[in-house]
Amino acid sequence: MAEERRQKQCSVSLPTESMKAMAESVGVGQLQEESCAALSEEVSYRIKEIAQDALKFMRHGKRRKLTTNDIDNALKLKNVEPLYGFQSQEFIPFRFASGGGRELYFYEEKEVDLSDIINTPLPRVPLDVSLKAHWLSIEGVQPSIPENPPPAPKEQQKVESTEPLKVVKPGQEEEGTIQGKSQGATPADGKGKDKGLIRLKPRSTHELSVEQQLYYKEITEACVGSCEAKRAEALQSIATDPGLYQMLPRFSTFISEGVRVNVVQNNLALLIYLMRMVKALMDNPTLYLEKYLHELIPAVVTCIVSKQLCLRPDVDNHWALRDFAARLMAQSCKTFSTTTNNIQSRITKTFTKSWLDDKTQWTTRYGCIAGLAELGPDVIKTLILPRLTVEGARIKAVMEGPVVSNIDKIGADHVQSLLLKHCASVIAKIRPQPDNMEQYRTDYGYLGPMLCSHVMKARTQAALQAQQVNRTTLTITQPRPTLTVSQSGLSGSAGSRTPSIIKVPSSLTLMTPRPGTPSQPSPPATKYIVMATSAGASSTQQVFQDFHSVLHSSHPQGSLSLIGVTLNSMNLHLQPHRSLALFPAPLQPCSLW
Amino acid sequence: MAAVQGGLADTNEEKDIKTEPSSDGFGNNNANDGRVLSTSPGSSASDQQTLLAVLQFLRKNKLTESVEILRREAGLPEDSPELKGSDSSGAGSGGAAGSGDKEGGDASSLLSRTSSVTAAGEDQPDVNVVLSAYNQQGDPPLYQVYYSGLKKFIESVLDCHRAELSQLFYPLFVHMYLELVYNNHESEAKAFFEKFSGDQECYYEDDLRVLSSLSKREHMRGNETLMDFRTSKFVLRISRDSYQLLKRHLQERQNNQIWNIIQEHLYIDIFDGMPRSKGQIDAMSGSLAGEGKREANKAKVYYGLLKEPEIELPLDDEDEEAENEEGKPKKKKPKKDSMGSKSKKQDPNAPSQTRIPLPELKDSDKLDKIMYMKEATKRIRLGPDNLPSICFYSFLNAYQGLTAVDFTDDSSLIAGGFADSTVRVWSVTPKKLRKVKSAADLNLIDKESDDVLERIMDEKTASESKILYGHSGPVYGISFSPDRNYLLSSSEDGTVRLWSLQTFTCLVGYKGHNYPVWDTHFSPHGYYFVSGGHDRVARLWATDHYQPLRMFSGHLADVTCTRFHPNSNYVATGSSDRTIRLWDVLNGNCVRIFTGHKGPIHALAFSPNGKFLASGATDGRVLLWDIGHGLMIGELKGHTDTIYSLRFSRDGEILASGSMDNTVRLWDAMKAFDDLETDDFTAATGHVHLQDNSQELLLGTYMSKSTPVIHLHFTRRNLLLATGAYNP
Repeated sequence: MAEERRQKQCSVSLPTESMKAMAESVGVGQLQEESCAALSEEVSYRIKEIAQDALKFMRHGKRRKLTTNDIDNALKLKNVEPLYGFQSQEFIPFRFASGGGRELYFYEEKEVDLSDIINTPLPRVPLDVSLKAHWLSIEGVQPSIPENPPPAPKEQQKVESTEPLKVVKPGQEEEGTIQGKSQGATPADGKGKDKGLIRLKPRSTHELSVEQQLYYKEITEACVGSCEAKRAEALQSIATDPGLYQMLPRFSTFISEGVRVNVVQNNLALLIYLMRMVKALMDNPTLYLEKYLHELIPAVVTCIVSKQLCLRPDVDNHWALRDFAARLMAQSCKTFSTTTNNIQSRITKTFTKSWLDDKTQWTTRYGCIAGLAELGPDVIKTLILPRLTVEGARIKAVMEGPVVSNIDKIGADHVQSLLLKHCASVIAKIRPQPDNMEQYRTDYGYLGPMLCSHVMKARTQAALQAQQVNRTTLTITQPRPTLTVSQSGLSGSAGSRTPSIIKVPSSLTLMTPRPGTPSQPSPPATKYIVMATSAGASSTQQVFQDFHSVLHSSHPQGSLSLIGVTLNSMNLHLQPHRSLALFPAPLQPCSLW
Repeated sequence: MAAVQGGLADTNEEKDIKTEPSSDGFGNNNANDGRVLSTSPGSSASDQQTLLAVLQFLRKNKLTESVEILRREAGLPEDSPELKGSDSSGAGSGGAAGSGDKEGGDASSLLSRTSSVTAAGEDQPDVNVVLSAYNQQGDPPLYQVYYSGLKKFIESVLDCHRAELSQLFYPLFVHMYLELVYNNHESEAKAFFEKFSGDQECYYEDDLRVLSSLSKREHMRGNETLMDFRTSKFVLRISRDSYQLLKRHLQERQNNQIWNIIQEHLYIDIFDGMPRSKGQIDAMSGSLAGEGKREANKAKVYYGLLKEPEIELPLDDEDEEAENEEGKPKKKKPKKDSMGSKSKKQDPNAPSQTRIPLPELKDSDKLDKIMYMKEATKRIRLGPDNLPSICFYSFLNAYQGLTAVDFTDDSSLIAGGFADSTVRVWSVTPKKLRKVKSAADLNLIDKESDDVLERIMDEKTASESKILYGHSGPVYGISFSPDRNYLLSSSEDGTVRLWSLQTFTCLVGYKGHNYPVWDTHFSPHGYYFVSGGHDRVARLWATDHYQPLRMFSGHLADVTCTRFHPNSNYVATGSSDRTIRLWDVLNGNCVRIFTGHKGPIHALAFSPNGKFLASGATDGRVLLWDIGHGLMIGELKGHTDTIYSLRFSRDGEILASGSMDNTVRLWDAMKAFDDLETDDFTAATGHVHLQDNSQELLLGTYMSKSTPVIHLHFTRRNLLLATGAYNP
């Protein structure tokens, strides 16, 4: 490969057409082919020479990116006048044009009206250079503070959780070798090599620094507290902060315990908050949750299928929570399902099993269907569509039969609309066009006619959208409140405007406790989710395995000492009248598990 | 060797005659030369050629007396009509080429040829002389045959010789390619390059890239890399056995083409003993002009430290101070017990105190020394089990413009050079930076008062940072004076500036480098400083002279970094030619050439005891050198990008390296050096046996958050300070 590259280097030179184009641009009309060839070789050589010199300037400028200034400096070195006014910090976009059998790349230079420039308000003065100090390492150990990179990058977390025996963390490895050395350095030096071979995965200790503990407390309190603004801030932090890896076991335990407790208490609001935390954790690009799924998935599934999630099932909108949790489930299936853990197939199996059960209540039924439906059109097609007739009959029995209870009726109603919503789009795709009410009735039973109208609606909508966007739909989720953060971190574009300097503490103590609001460089105000309508890769549904055995096989080590504190506080926040219920037997809501 | 050449000459002639009809006037001429060169009695061809080139140059510059003297000494024939003829041709007659041809004769034909090329309208006569050595000697299509023949031979020899002889590939490849290009065989050159460039060692890729862009004779003028190849002989170290093998092969095959190149462009350093292994060769090769000659590293280097001046310490609390007295030699070499007793004696390896004149210590310097010793007692002893803490100073909002950083020795000030031509100084302590009052205000203060030094400062100007304006290009090098009164900065504008940190103004602009100055460094004793730049010359200056005291020239490419030895008697320079040179300040001689890096060198650091040198390059490797023996003693692999900073801890136990890959790495320097000191064999033969123990020596890797580490500094208490600009 290196050879190929080298050969390319050898042969690269500008095409003669470039010479012609350039000649024309300066007014030389007819340039002979020979002169063009000679020129292009000469020009290519000179350009390469200048590029080589410019690289020198880049290296000495301690940069990775070649800038226009480097080229200017290289030109100056050759006693050539540099290009004035051609400054750009960033990538220079070249435009492409073709016509008359020619292809042309050019740099767009707009004519600028001077008065426009004069009249535009001055841009903000760029921030002045400032110095900021932090500890990169304290006696050989790198503190996990926002100024330092996350201790374990996502890739490594992934490898660690999927192939736990292969990987030894670099930090731990270092410590290991250091210890090995200090032992080997004593009398037997020759055996030092043998020691290097034995690589045991050291027991990982989960010590949180004081700042981390404070952060954890602040975040969990804010997440389940009463102040919505604070919660948004906290969730934002969870979703973006790169240094949460260490705290992940705590967070997952917090969520699973929280769900356990609040399902029993039918505290809908808290369950929603906890699910939002799960969502935020999943959104964090630096975290890989695989290791903690055994705690998170039961919690999420509980929120999908639990019989009762709120105190007044007839009034409260617990359906939204089920939908939300179902989406979370689908997302985690998509991200973490592998051939070894078979999450998707096991989840599917669980949902189907309880759906098929006749005694299942409408709430659970709704959750199962929602959970399945979110897994994608393939799942709908293979698992939900065949059962439409049966489900329709059951709904009919509730709707048209004797009034059993209001709750059942509402439940049936929701299941019906859910089925219609999800199935319509799928049917619209797989069923050939003429939509006949009667045909639908024979195929799908009670729900047939309603499906038919939904399908027709879906078809027209799809046609409309196809005109607007090509097969993808853009949905805009609810815009997150923008966070303005007073702390300026390393990444802080919101840093102080004056040149400031933070002194290094003279002693080797920890820096001041870290405030609960970590720095946030760019608040992502809106989020676009592109949903591809085409059916993606179908999931592996053949393999069914017992869910519990694997998910519960690896518990993270770590104490639960902090969970009490926060659970305590969240209960205080929301339900001052209620007594603290930490130990009720959560068997009933988790019966599915 | 002469015999070999003579034998080969016959075949040479035959070939020349064959090619004659196809070649132009130059070729004709050159063919003549080939004969003349090979048959000329006594002196070797290239020597005479250089001599004639010098004569030519002198005559062109109307230095007639020198011409006479030189001619007399060299024993060349007296002024002859031919010479006059060539003289006139030098003045511009185009017909000289023909006339020179007819005259024949030893010297005249050479002269006429050079002058005819000159007459072709060039402004660099010496370049042409050099280039003209690439005359036509063989059939261009046969070059590939020659090369692959040699390749086959080398591949068939015994394993032990193969590695050594493989060294020949690269220089031969380059010279054959250049010869083809010079003789306008463009397509053959291209084919040759494409066929064999893949065989070359990967570390020559940069040079090959330069070479590949070169396809025309016209390009050869003014191309630096090419000039380096021509002006310096590529040095190879080959054992006697391998050399004999090669010689025999070439004689058998009558392969005069390759032999000529070896004779003319290569310097083969033959040694007795075992041939070296591939690993040994790879460790040392990679520089632009091969390895350093062995004799180049034989000169004695006084690497010991100068005796510390006796300073009476104010014995206010005697307990601590008593310790200080003994702790003093700590700085020198605390790790060896034998050294501890030497504090009063002169180190045998140290230069004499007056070898180069050093400035006298001022009172303030003495105070600083006392401070230093006090701090030294509080110093943390570092080791593999006791790693330093690292404090990272991030430059925010530098917009990729931070180009150089330096700390004062006491870590109180930090200075940054920026691409926008500014130099900024920050105070890292609560003490703010203040200017001295204006002259008018200074007149008013009471000069007899005790706190006069306080009074001269202008409180109104107190601030945490100051900006120094003056340069007109990016500031690439920056260095504080040891007494913290001055700051040096070197810039793309070709100047080195000396700034006062009392008035925060520019005091002197040192002009001499006409090209960008990449680095500058103050002597640890003050007064002297060294600078190096694109003009391939390192200059030694004294602050009170506007012209350099010494010019260290010898590098074949830009001098990229400069560093003073702790005893101020030597200067180390690293260069883009991938060599490190050590220069004697006293006489300006180059006393050490270290080769082994595979990329431009960007960081140098002397160990505190002066015995060792560490260097870092764009290849991401740190190499360790023993200055006394002139040997490579270690290789530290781990970084994945250019190393911009290297620093030893104050006791020399830990080496810290900072790199573009956003990491600071700590290495066990003690262990690296200890392993070596027992190995006497390497010292005798000059071979290196590098063990790949980088992983064992690596004590820690600390990643910063997208912040390349461009400077490192150990405080007097062994806290490591690192700096870099945050790149969001």
